[in-house]
Amino acid sequence: MKRTMTTATRRFGFVITSAVLLAACVGTATAQSDHSEHEKYKYKNDALVYAELAKAPKKAVARRNPLESDSDAVLAGGKLFDQHCTECHGELADGTKKGPSLRADPVQQATPGALFWLLTNGVVRRGMPVWSKLPEPQRWQLVSYIKSLNPPKPAATAGEQTLQH
Amino acid sequence: MKLTLLRTKTLDRANPLRDIAKVVPRPLGGLARMIPWVCQLILVFAALAISAPAQESPYIVTYDHYLEEPGSLEVEYFSTFGTQRGGNDFHAFWAEFEYGATAWWTTELYFDGQTTFNDSTIFTGFRWENRFRLLQREHFINPVLYIEYEQTSGADKILKEVEGHDVEADYADPNAIARQDHDHEIETKLLLSKTFNGWNIAENTIATKNVTGGNPWEFGYAIGASRPLALKASARRCSFCPENFIAGMEMYGGLGDTYSFGLHETSHYLAPVVAWNLPSDWTLRLSPGFGLNDNSHRFLLRWGVSREFSGFGSAISRLFGGRQ
Repeated sequence: MKRTMTTATRRFGFVITSAVLLAACVGTATAQSDHSEHEKYKYKNDALVYAELAKAPKKAVARRNPLESDSDAVLAGGKLFDQHCTECHGELADGTKKGPSLRADPVQQATPGALFWLLTNGVVRRGMPVWSKLPEPQRWQLVSYIKSLNPPKPAATAGEQTLQH
Repeated sequence: MKLTLLRTKTLDRANPLRDIAKVVPRPLGGLARMIPWVCQLILVFAALAISAPAQESPYIVTYDHYLEEPGSLEVEYFSTFGTQRGGNDFHAFWAEFEYGATAWWTTELYFDGQTTFNDSTIFTGFRWENRFRLLQREHFINPVLYIEYEQTSGADKILKEVEGHDVEADYADPNAIARQDHDHEIETKLLLSKTFNGWNIAENTIATKNVTGGNPWEFGYAIGASRPLALKASARRCSFCPENFIAGMEMYGGLGDTYSFGLHETSHYLAPVVAWNLPSDWTLRLSPGFGLNDNSHRFLLRWGVSREFSGFGSAISRLFGGRQ
């Protein structure tokens, strides 16, 4: 009986140890993945904000910008951007400590609908307020402006620099 | 009404005139009386001189669910001119410092004062207010929890909210008497608000308790609706573009207290509101208010000017050696 208990205890201990090791491996892998994700961007918070774009519901992601063909939308969006967004995202929209770059791939590759959804809902826990106080057309104008931004040019590699010289 | 009775009691002594003489504040000189007016003029001229815009709501009493942007400081000055039956008309004013601590928490400090015509100008107290956004994202209705501590005298007349059995007669006492009452109040509000198709609809339910003595909870409400005159922004920078103007209406009043809940012996107001969001983060607000029953002041004229300072938090942080 005693031996049975001991075996059971050993098995239990083995299972627990395995579970802990597995969790540790998964945790480490996730942490490494998060870490490398964070390192891709200037600030730690950036990846977390970009990740919110993926949480937009399908219906929101599929929404088209009704001002797509409005020639003034980018200009008006730029004006709104100056008024409301530069404080956190920088005058060139390339990001500051307070807010991520809007020229980065996750933003530029996001659909207008996803950007509109993020603007409307904010990322309150990460410091981005909700912007639903701006009327819907103004939020679409902002989306037009953000989508018009050119992504940053990739830094020239050493080889390329040599060739340029 | 209750407040008036209380104040009468404080004078119900052998020689009330002598008591009054002791507590009558020395009226401020002509120059001091002009301070609020001078401040307003300076702010208005400054607002007009600097041209760039905030998107502030036009409400003066009602709150919507939008908080101050994190790290931004909004400095506001408001005035209320009120007519008074059975007493002197008054001009109450307050300065407000609103800071966005986080995207879900805004904290504010108020300093109140008032001039009762043919009487005196006095400081009437301060308030510390906090608003907490309860839900992370936008929903059909967006709740915000409001908690305020206020330490004001009975002479406070800013009428920032109307609650309980607040009636016009409460404000008729001379400052010397009214300021003897001291309120230490905890005020809570549930702010519900929704914006759709450019319209903002907001409702505030108020519950207040004066923590000194065995006072009951007092209740009140404020509701508001507003909309910008244009929903699309124009491509050029402009002061007079219709999207810079937001117009609406608000209504507020008391709902009695735990002893007698309801509309009996309460006052109510209806007030059109308009805000002009100038380029450069200045906002001007105007709101003529009309009393809806015999317990209300017949007319309240409110106006205010505010300026938002973006990046105030970062600037302070840098001042103390923090990094941007």
